[in-house]
Amino acid sequence: MAVQVRVPTILRSYTGGSKLVEGTGDTVAALFLDLDSRHSGLRGRLVTGEDGAELHRFVNIYVNDEDVRFLGGLDAKLNDGDEVTILPAVAGGSIASSPRVPAGQH
Amino acid sequence: MRFDSLADSVGRTPLVGLPRLSPSPEVRLWAKLEQDNPTGSIKDRAALWMIADGEKRGLLVPGATVLEPTSGNTGISLAMVCRQRGYRLVCVMPENTSVERRQLLQMWGAEIRYSPAAGGSNEAVAVAKRLAAENPDWVMLYQYGNPANAQAHYETTGPEILEDLPAITHFVAGLGTTGTLMGTGRYLKERVPDITIVAAEPRYGELVYGLRNIDEGFVPELYDPSVLTSRYSVGPREALRRTRELVQEEGIFAGISTGAILHAAMAQADRAVREGKPAEIALIVCDGGWKYLSTGAYAGTLEEAEAALEGQLWA
Repeated sequence: MAVQVRVPTILRSYTGGSKLVEGTGDTVAALFLDLDSRHSGLRGRLVTGEDGAELHRFVNIYVNDEDVRFLGGLDAKLNDGDEVTILPAVAGGSIASSPRVPAGQH
Repeated sequence: MRFDSLADSVGRTPLVGLPRLSPSPEVRLWAKLEQDNPTGSIKDRAALWMIADGEKRGLLVPGATVLEPTSGNTGISLAMVCRQRGYRLVCVMPENTSVERRQLLQMWGAEIRYSPAAGGSNEAVAVAKRLAAENPDWVMLYQYGNPANAQAHYETTGPEILEDLPAITHFVAGLGTTGTLMGTGRYLKERVPDITIVAAEPRYGELVYGLRNIDEGFVPELYDPSVLTSRYSVGPREALRRTRELVQEEGIFAGISTGAILHAAMAQADRAVREGKPAEIALIVCDGGWKYLSTGAYAGTLEEAEAALEGQLWA
């Protein structure tokens, strides 16, 4: 049950700087335990509550781009080859930053 | 149609079919053209409702100063309403905001205060909250937590869609302040209990998520996940591809966030086809593409456009 996990910049101190790590588990909760065995401390940033039973309020987890909070949360099922994305929750809305001019077009 | 003033013409936007993008006559996509609002975006609804609510509650009196963290569509909508009603508007925006945004806001008479580029919208919200504390007579409407934002959609967007599409099975919209989905979603669920409400959330480049700490994260106070059936993260590649398909196939020139919404809507359409179920899917076109031309979204290959969007808040 191998899955690819995309790790945001803010949590890469736990993965030795890697943005993509591999993990295993039938559920998101099992995946986090597996990841923590190699990337100690990572799970503690993702879950809260007694025994880490809840997803951190400011952490969003997506399985194949779908938010796991609508798939059973930490109990969401994983399948071989799934792509899991971890992202911090940030303000969306419509605040646009400046366009970047591609090199050579200044 | 005749209206007493520009603000009175907000809403009642067309719902148009997307015959070329719809997979079959039984599974159809319908686009609500919010660029037909006075300043060209869906945010006119929230701006008008938040101002009217502030007036009703006695917070906004003649000569009042309105404060809001936004350089985007909400700022432009608020600027239009504030100018008409004689309020001063102060917008807080990241200092790396594009020149078009600054000029548009200043043209409508808004004043601009800058927040550090690093930290993006989170920082703009923080600076605005600080300014509000320093200036107790200013009125921060605060689109992320103001119930009037969602109420605008409960009272207008939702009823309009249901009137135009009584057989609706799905509603798909973007997730930013969450106002559109919370208001429209609540209205539709009350009347069509088995409706599917889908959020399409833009997934930006890594820079945008550059918080120092997870605990600096932000969830809009308006957000109530129980309104939603599912929530999808849509990256810039898919959003750009769908934005281009929308103009190429259906002639609708929309902003990039609409591409993300169309992507999620087409996934719902595909699922309905696979399951052999009929579907009437309404989706929101948030705004036109004009304000995003300088992002590079519409020029060159998809790869080039995606590279140009890296690090930008494109929705």
